[in-house]
Amino acid sequence: MFRRVNDGVPAGGPFTHQRVIYALVCLGWKSFPLFPGLKLPSLPGQVDELQCLRRWEAGLCSPSRDFHRQLATVREVTATSRHYVDRLFDPDPQNVLQGVIDMKNAVIGNNKQKANLIVLGAVPRLLYLLQQSSSSLELRTECAVVLGSLAMGTENNIKSLVDCHIIPALLQGLLCSDLIFIEACLRCLRTIFISPVTPVQLLYTDPTVIPHIMSLLSRSQHTQEYITQIFAHCCKTPEHQMVLFNHGAIQNIAPLLISPSYKVRMQALKCFSVLAYENAQVSMTLVNVLVDGEQLSQVFARMMQRDKPIEMQLTAAKCLTYMCRAGAIRTDDNCIILKTLPCLVRMCSKERLLEERVEGAETLAFLMEPDIELQRIASVTDHLVSMLADYFKYPSSVSAITDIKRLDHDLKHAHELRQAAFKLYASLGSNDEDIRKKITETENMMDRIVSGLSESSIKVRLAAVRCLHSLSRSVQQLRTSFHDHAVWKPLMKLLQNAPDEVLVMASSTLCNLLLEFSPSKEPILESGVIELLCSLTQSDSPALRVNGIWALMNMAFQADQKVKVEIVRALGTEQLFRLLSDPDTNVLMKTLGLLRNLLSTRPHIDQIMSSHGKQIMQAVTLILEGEHSIEVKEQTLCILANIADGNTAKELIMTNDDMPQKIKYYMGHSNVKLQLAATFCISNLIWNEEDGSQERQDKLREMGFVDILHKLTQASDPSLCDRAKTAMQQYLA
Amino acid sequence: MSGPSSGCGFLMSVVVHGDLALNEQEKELNQRLKRLYPAVNEQETPLPRSWSPKDKFSYIGLSQNNLRVHYKGHGKTPKDAASVRATHPIPAACGVYYFEVKIISKGRDGYMGIGLSAQGVNMNRLPGWDKHSYGYHGDDGHSFCSSGTGQPYGPTFTTGDVIGCCVNLINNTCFYTKNGHSLGIAFTDLPPNLYPTVGLQTPGEVVDANFGQHPFVFDIEDYMREWRTKIQAQIDRFPIGEREGEWQAMIQKMVASYLVHHSYCATAEAFAKSTDQAVHEELASIKNRQKIQKLVLSGRMGEAIETTQQLYPSLLERNQDLLFMLKVRQFIEMVNGTDSEVRCLGGRSPKSQDCYPGSPRLFNSPVHKASSSQTYQTGTAEVEMELDHFSNGVSESSSNGFLNGSSTHGIDLEECDGDMGEIIIWRQLCGGSQAAIERMIQFGRELQSMSEHLRRERGKNSANKKMLKDAFSLLAYSDPWSSPVGYQLDSIQREPVCSTLNSAILETHNLPKQPPLALSVGQAAQCLSLMARTGSGSCAFASVDDYLH
Repeated sequence: MFRRVNDGVPAGGPFTHQRVIYALVCLGWKSFPLFPGLKLPSLPGQVDELQCLRRWEAGLCSPSRDFHRQLATVREVTATSRHYVDRLFDPDPQNVLQGVIDMKNAVIGNNKQKANLIVLGAVPRLLYLLQQSSSSLELRTECAVVLGSLAMGTENNIKSLVDCHIIPALLQGLLCSDLIFIEACLRCLRTIFISPVTPVQLLYTDPTVIPHIMSLLSRSQHTQEYITQIFAHCCKTPEHQMVLFNHGAIQNIAPLLISPSYKVRMQALKCFSVLAYENAQVSMTLVNVLVDGEQLSQVFARMMQRDKPIEMQLTAAKCLTYMCRAGAIRTDDNCIILKTLPCLVRMCSKERLLEERVEGAETLAFLMEPDIELQRIASVTDHLVSMLADYFKYPSSVSAITDIKRLDHDLKHAHELRQAAFKLYASLGSNDEDIRKKITETENMMDRIVSGLSESSIKVRLAAVRCLHSLSRSVQQLRTSFHDHAVWKPLMKLLQNAPDEVLVMASSTLCNLLLEFSPSKEPILESGVIELLCSLTQSDSPALRVNGIWALMNMAFQADQKVKVEIVRALGTEQLFRLLSDPDTNVLMKTLGLLRNLLSTRPHIDQIMSSHGKQIMQAVTLILEGEHSIEVKEQTLCILANIADGNTAKELIMTNDDMPQKIKYYMGHSNVKLQLAATFCISNLIWNEEDGSQERQDKLREMGFVDILHKLTQASDPSLCDRAKTAMQQYLA
Repeated sequence: MSGPSSGCGFLMSVVVHGDLALNEQEKELNQRLKRLYPAVNEQETPLPRSWSPKDKFSYIGLSQNNLRVHYKGHGKTPKDAASVRATHPIPAACGVYYFEVKIISKGRDGYMGIGLSAQGVNMNRLPGWDKHSYGYHGDDGHSFCSSGTGQPYGPTFTTGDVIGCCVNLINNTCFYTKNGHSLGIAFTDLPPNLYPTVGLQTPGEVVDANFGQHPFVFDIEDYMREWRTKIQAQIDRFPIGEREGEWQAMIQKMVASYLVHHSYCATAEAFAKSTDQAVHEELASIKNRQKIQKLVLSGRMGEAIETTQQLYPSLLERNQDLLFMLKVRQFIEMVNGTDSEVRCLGGRSPKSQDCYPGSPRLFNSPVHKASSSQTYQTGTAEVEMELDHFSNGVSESSSNGFLNGSSTHGIDLEECDGDMGEIIIWRQLCGGSQAAIERMIQFGRELQSMSEHLRRERGKNSANKKMLKDAFSLLAYSDPWSSPVGYQLDSIQREPVCSTLNSAILETHNLPKQPPLALSVGQAAQCLSLMARTGSGSCAFASVDDYLH
């Protein structure tokens, strides 16, 4: 950092060293050493001064009179700031104490003063005094208070403090027995840890810290408030959850839910929401916890009462949502269905703050994602579907004209609101056809999704495509609104260049758009989608491979010869066979599905088999011999049955030494589905009225198939029985 | 909240049926209504409790205490629709009103409407079709707002569903619930005085109403909690006085005047000093009033009247009704044994006096004190036993009341049980002294003649007549304290007398007869009841009492 500054300063000039110092300050140089004899000319504390300086440095202007006047005022301020720092070095401890106390009074609410002191190197000295066992307890406490006050300033202040290793120093301070001192340290730690610039991990580096902090929970209402607030902010990963959980966070924090202090109750509640998030172990433990003889879910339900502060209602609803999603509470439990769900719907209402509406919608989307009953209830609760339409109206046209502050606020939240609404729509419409209809009928819904797909914010794009995906499960919507709004266009654009998570959703949506009844199928085909999909099948992500091959499978269903040939050409047999040995069963299944779709209608079968017959027969053999699930084998036998339906392709089976034996084996399999598919295959081979049917019948009779078929006519499964009888008739005719 | 509330004062129609289960249901209903709508004065605006057998179309049949509604028309066309209204309109003082309807059977087509309508709206229709009529219909889930065509509103409903209808009388909106889930606002700008209404249109349709007979499926109390908080926050945030200190100065003035009014002179002085205010009455005058008030509040009416006549010679002369009231109270205090005239006649000093806050220290001779403190030493167990004995004796001997000669018996008893506990002495007529009783009777005659005199001079005065009658009624019971008119003997009854006298004195000094504080509290209460009458629902959540405690 220093070097960069040096580079930037032109050599020579009237104020060279001053400018270096200025620049250091500008760039956040924290504890500038106080060279003896070096008089600091002044220190800028305000942005405009810095800008002025930069402009001056860049040669854009000469130092104005105004600038000189500013220098003069800054000089005064700095003189007093330096005085405070100097007093920290006084040999008389009493003077030091008084100095710290004066400093405390000087910095309160004064960000400029805070920055000055930090620049002048007050922090290392304060930390030194705080850590010295020779310092009086009073001095150490005052030091912690001043540091806490410095931390209350800007984010830069926090960075400076963290860089001075304030966190280990304060954590060390917690080992002291004096409560007042502990509280001061915790308060400062709290302020530092709730800042987004502080690395959360610093709380967990020393494994003895968490158990010790946990033990301080019983000391006072203040320790409770600060500690729970620290935990609530520093629990960001499953590892953090487990560390806190293993050190008894639940048992220690649960009683705080009925603390007389609102702040403690609220922070304790927040702790539970971060602990339970996607954590089954924590959630399962929580349901069995009693607070003052009452179940925790009851306590949370009470915190959702409508006269409680919104923050509390929302956080309690989050706790219950996470517990429910982790399987600890059933979705049909009254506290979910009659309390949590309505509470979250209320959070989406226009009366709530924008932040609350975002959180409410996201939590609600998460809660009901897997449960159709909750989706149905939510869809009729308080006009939720039309209530969400309002999320797209920010910034409102009114705010732009009348109130700049409001506009700024609206702009900040506009993306968040839109993505939250899309998520909630996606969740609402994921199962029920009526709800999907209701959503698409909401004002301008499809237009909103279409424009959401091309928004600059990734979050919005992802949510929009999720929403589209959810709605694309509806046959009716695919036929109507999806086609009317040409959603495939932005979707295709999105697929060209997007992060994987967007690609997964977009390609999955595309799969649905390529279903044979979708009117969008034609234009998509014409837009050269095949290459794109083929490239997806080469992705490292199994989800993308599945979607790619799935889309191709849908595309091949009842497709023209031209399309089929194009698919085989673009994909290449090599890739096709690579996919047939894919470790992901889903990929394998869809690839088989693609093959099956390719091998339908006689001319197509013969055409493809004539060019790729050898490889396909190999692949089929390989799968039938390998360790695969029933579904995979069934699908493969179906392919074989299709091959058996071809005119020339039949011979590939008949001339294969092994294949009839394999079919025979599966006709006698214990699984009815496999028996059925294998019987189908034979039935196709011996079908009358086709060239060479007599020979094949004879050959297969020799191999003992008539006996097997005869046996199968006695099968208990009616469809198998029918199929066997039909096959037998071919012999009788 | 869930505990049974004590106020179930209006069990009017209960006993008619004599059915125990029904009785229980009525009780539960009353309790729930009291809890949900505490601000409603049912004397003025009764709550709906059932469907009205008079206010319905002929195709409607009622059963199960007028809670079940069934359709008995042809149900061929919309012209066969039929509705029924509840017995009473929804009082505004509910703030938030709620009822539920359970669909027992959707009948042939399930053309059921649930909602609200004003008095006089045609009953040969479904709710919502006409002006001042609002409904939510089961067949299509549409809401009908005074119109023949509905708006898409909610889901359809059918057999087994419970539909709730909530009227918010603060913002005049209405929302429905289905099986405990709120469906969102259906109507806004509702007019006042709507009746719960249901309408049916095809044969077989049956619905049951729940006006509070059973717990509701929807958590209406939670919704009410939200509105109570909203209203209270509104009150808390009410902007007060632009100029700084103005508000505070006014409050201080009110407090000071209140203290002066009630003659808390030391406190008033201290308060005035610390808040830098002037007191608008001479200290001596305050002290005089204080003296009189203390006498009244300790039950020594005779002295109180005497002192008043001394200090304010013409006051009672000019105000004969006041004098009469004081004398009636004096009579009551004689019965009580507290009035100075009867106490001088050998009664004991009732200990309970000292319990009365603000009562002066006893000025009587220490003899009384000695005797009363002596009585304290008696064992309590014995006292209780004696008490039983004593009350038995009285009730046996005095079937015709005291004046017919049972007095002797009573006094005998008193004499033989001379060491009885304080409680018993307290509960003896005129403190148990024969002389005192005679004085009391004589005083009663004087009072009677004063009453007659007043009537001759100033015409009939029913208030005075009732006052005297109530006071004399005390003598009709062997144990006046536990008689239906016994409340008069309670020391709390001295307070209105005291404040009336105090106000009268203040008026002669051209000072307000009520302190501004009391006036504003009274005004607030009055304002709330006025709001209830004019349909402002927020009065439900702003009880004056909430702010006084």
